[in-house]
Amino acid sequence: MSGKPRLTYLNGRGRMEPVRWLLAAAGVEFEEVFLQTKEQYEKLIKDGLLLFQQVPLVEIDGMKMVQTRAILSYIAGKYNLYGKDLKERALIDMYVEGISDLMQMILMFPFSPPDAKEKNLDSIKEKAINRYFPVFEKVLKQHGQDFLVGNKFSWADVQLIEAILAVEEKIPAVLSGFPQLQAFKTKMSNMPTIKKFLQPGSPRKPPPDDHYVETVLKVFKK
Amino acid sequence: MAGKPKLHYTKGRGKMESIRWLLAAAGVEFEEQFIETKEDLEKLRNDGVLLFQQVPMVEIDGMRMVQTRAILSYIAAKYNLYGKDLKERAWIDMYVEGTTDLMGMIMVLPFQPADTKEKNLALIIERATTRYFPVYEKALKDHGQDYLVGNKLSWADIHLLEAILMTEECKPDILSAFPLLQAFKGRMSNIPTIKKFLQPGSQRKPPTDEKFVAVVRKIFNF
Repeated sequence: MSGKPRLTYLNGRGRMEPVRWLLAAAGVEFEEVFLQTKEQYEKLIKDGLLLFQQVPLVEIDGMKMVQTRAILSYIAGKYNLYGKDLKERALIDMYVEGISDLMQMILMFPFSPPDAKEKNLDSIKEKAINRYFPVFEKVLKQHGQDFLVGNKFSWADVQLIEAILAVEEKIPAVLSGFPQLQAFKTKMSNMPTIKKFLQPGSPRKPPPDDHYVETVLKVFKK
Repeated sequence: MAGKPKLHYTKGRGKMESIRWLLAAAGVEFEEQFIETKEDLEKLRNDGVLLFQQVPMVEIDGMRMVQTRAILSYIAAKYNLYGKDLKERAWIDMYVEGTTDLMGMIMVLPFQPADTKEKNLALIIERATTRYFPVYEKALKDHGQDYLVGNKLSWADIHLLEAILMTEECKPDILSAFPLLQAFKGRMSNIPTIKKFLQPGSQRKPPTDEKFVAVVRKIFNF
């Protein structure tokens, strides 16, 4: 009975990665259970552990939490990464939701049919450069502070650094028009908890490969 | 000079309907500015009032809020519909994410081609009766209280009622195996603010028909 949060998901990024990022950034150690077979997944359902028969599942503080956003909101609230009042929380929520939309495109990308891959990659690039990154560049420029909201490290900052690195994996020069984001990336990467998470051997998962895609289809396809 | 919240969206349900429900249930009067043409949307974008170039957008308390979940969370917290502590909020979030997933399936149905529409309608009914409604039926059964969380009306209850009514529009007897949800529906519909919202002449929007699908496609260019 370690008391550490326990994460149940596949051994890959998927929808659990933002949770790993947030816990790690908050300096919270956690355990992981990896789903590798359909049978394991069906057993979780049969044992009544998955409220809506889905993962991610995070066992934390006596709750079996599901639904990524609910889990992330709880962790952010618990570890003071959610702003100081309702209005700061509103800003953090808006920023996180925007970034989530971009991350959703990246999440789905490995599952696109081969003939759609190039188009989808262009779409990710276009949205990152024209819709999402300019917003955060502007926010940082306008207040000149290190963090997106309230001059204090929050969930929004963690989500943004995760997204920047994920997009850069696909489009290496994506930050070339965004000096504030480049500086932000450096600052965030050097925060002790995040620096540790970015080192080899951490719970951070690698980009999805063919084997990951295969495992997803094997475990979840009816 | 607080002023009423002002909602910017098309004259249909879409992603704004849950916000209309929540404000109405909380007894908050609001104004609406309808996007009727592509030019209306372009104007909002060119005026720089849409953080990520998207609607819904709600002007509230001096903010131009975007991202449906961010808006709903803010309203829920402001009007004390978000539980009394972090754990109750976690439960409300989990429940709301479930009803969001269900309503999301219904929302896109009118936009699908005829052959996939039938298949997806069957999936909606299957998910409603085997994945989602059993969870809420059980929650009500386990604690025997009138509301889902903390024996008090919350965002989760309002969202569930909206989901029930929307699913009933797909299949009128969808609650036949869920006696507690039937009772819940009856109770919730009689809450004065909700009863008012359910009456003709309120700001509740009708289901999306083929004609409106064409309007939406034109405005958003898809």
